[in-house]
Amino acid sequence: MAILVIAEHNNGALGAATLNTVAAAQKIGGDVVVLVAGQNVGGVAEAAAKIAGVSKVLVADNAAYAHQLPENVAPLIAELGKGYSHVLAAATTNGKNFLPRVAALLDVDQISEIIEVVSADTFKRPIYAGNAIATVQSSAAVKVITVRGTGFDAVAAEGGSAAVEAVSGPADAGKSAFVGEELAKSDRPELTAAKIVVSGGRGMGNGDNFKILYALADKLGAAVGASRAAVDAGFVPNDMQVGQTGKIVAPQLYIAVGISGAIQHLAGMKDSKVIVAINKDEEAPIFQVADYGLVADLFEAVPELEKAV
Amino acid sequence: MKVLVAVKRVVDYNVKVRVKADNSGVDLANVKMSMNPFCEIAVEEAVRLKEKGVATEIVAVSVGPTAAQEQLRTALALGADRAILVESNDELNSLAVAKALKAIVDKELPQLVILGKQAIDSDNNQTGQMLAALSGYAQGTFASKVEVAGDKVNVTREIDGGLQTVALNLPAIVTTDLRLNEPRYASLPNIMKAKKKPLDVVTPDALGVSTASTVKTVKVEAPAARSAGVKVKSVAELVEKLKNEAKVI
Repeated sequence: MAILVIAEHNNGALGAATLNTVAAAQKIGGDVVVLVAGQNVGGVAEAAAKIAGVSKVLVADNAAYAHQLPENVAPLIAELGKGYSHVLAAATTNGKNFLPRVAALLDVDQISEIIEVVSADTFKRPIYAGNAIATVQSSAAVKVITVRGTGFDAVAAEGGSAAVEAVSGPADAGKSAFVGEELAKSDRPELTAAKIVVSGGRGMGNGDNFKILYALADKLGAAVGASRAAVDAGFVPNDMQVGQTGKIVAPQLYIAVGISGAIQHLAGMKDSKVIVAINKDEEAPIFQVADYGLVADLFEAVPELEKAV
Repeated sequence: MKVLVAVKRVVDYNVKVRVKADNSGVDLANVKMSMNPFCEIAVEEAVRLKEKGVATEIVAVSVGPTAAQEQLRTALALGADRAILVESNDELNSLAVAKALKAIVDKELPQLVILGKQAIDSDNNQTGQMLAALSGYAQGTFASKVEVAGDKVNVTREIDGGLQTVALNLPAIVTTDLRLNEPRYASLPNIMKAKKKPLDVVTPDALGVSTASTVKTVKVEAPAARSAGVKVKSVAELVEKLKNEAKVI
């Protein structure tokens, strides 16, 4: 059995989610081969070759794969994937974008966002915004799977010495083109990888008030997240959203500030090890999942907390 | 241009679902059902394209049980011109749904197909991408902005680090993200008018589509419950507990 893991990267650096995906591949068992598809990805391939437990790295370096447009990379992955028992990608927006296209090209069902490997053909995944966990079994010749990063501990980024091999695939399909990108700038840790996350909701009142969360986050070395209400109100950009439709996080500590705790928000954070809720409404549903709840005005409690830590 | 919109009947997003005692699935008996929220956004976008004069006809399609006619009527009340139900009372996986939609796309030849990015029941986030693969069309997933310009459509997509814009050749597939638009409500007169709009029912068999699947659900369980927490009285007590009890800071 050999497993093909599609590397998450931005052409310059290997994405951390790749390490969690390799961890899932190792639980399935078998040779783990990583595919790096992009443009000028020599550095990414080198980094991938160092991942502990990877036996080989395939590099498809082509301008057509530069932005991993699914119209171009899906045929490449599907063609390579035929030789493997499993094809895995991280359940990032990137993996979610191209992998179902790969599955359909292979004429197999895809299993999305697994959180546990039961056996080589059986996996657990959350459904209904995490309110139920389904165990699913695949009889497909090639099992196509996306992996929820928070479900698997990352493997070591160093220690491996896999061989790097160039592969080629179809050229630009000519159906789509990359126009531009607007990336949010942040010096704080990445939300999905942070050990501590501080999130604000509608209770923050406005975007300016988020500065008290940033101050607390900087003191704790934490990332800052938000509920959908805070994003929709324009307080913060959408890539900060935690929830069913945003990012899924499972940090050591999640501090929810002014967040009521709707089902859709809980779907994104309820696997956090310790949850703290600060809310002035003692009936807020967030208190049902919080390990420590503080019923207080956040504008007093957060600055006080910042001073105390 | 003709726009095809796919809608799914799902458990209402406000319902707290319960897992059945025999672990065969989620209890959906007597539970409120609605149109999947992302599908509402897809319908709204199609209607806005029509209001801008870009779309000439909107066809709403659902692949699902007989009762999904309700959701198609909702789409008609919101502004779709006609509807097609591919009726199947089996629980279909995304690939089977994508194949059924592909058969409809082959018949209707729309220039743009709009779907939601994911259904809130299965949380798969697959059907749009699979339909794009089967039909050979370009895909613009997780769209927060859609602009048709000549024979192309520019789609701004919500990605992990921010936003990305791609230009797709038409015909193309677009899947909606939450921030694409704010769906409208159906007015009573429009709900009445929608009852007279055409709604065709076909079966996957009649379309020559196989709904066979390579994945089966073995078991559905409730997630592990979190143990009850405590309420602390002050920030000082909170910090003390985080440091000494939970040891996370």
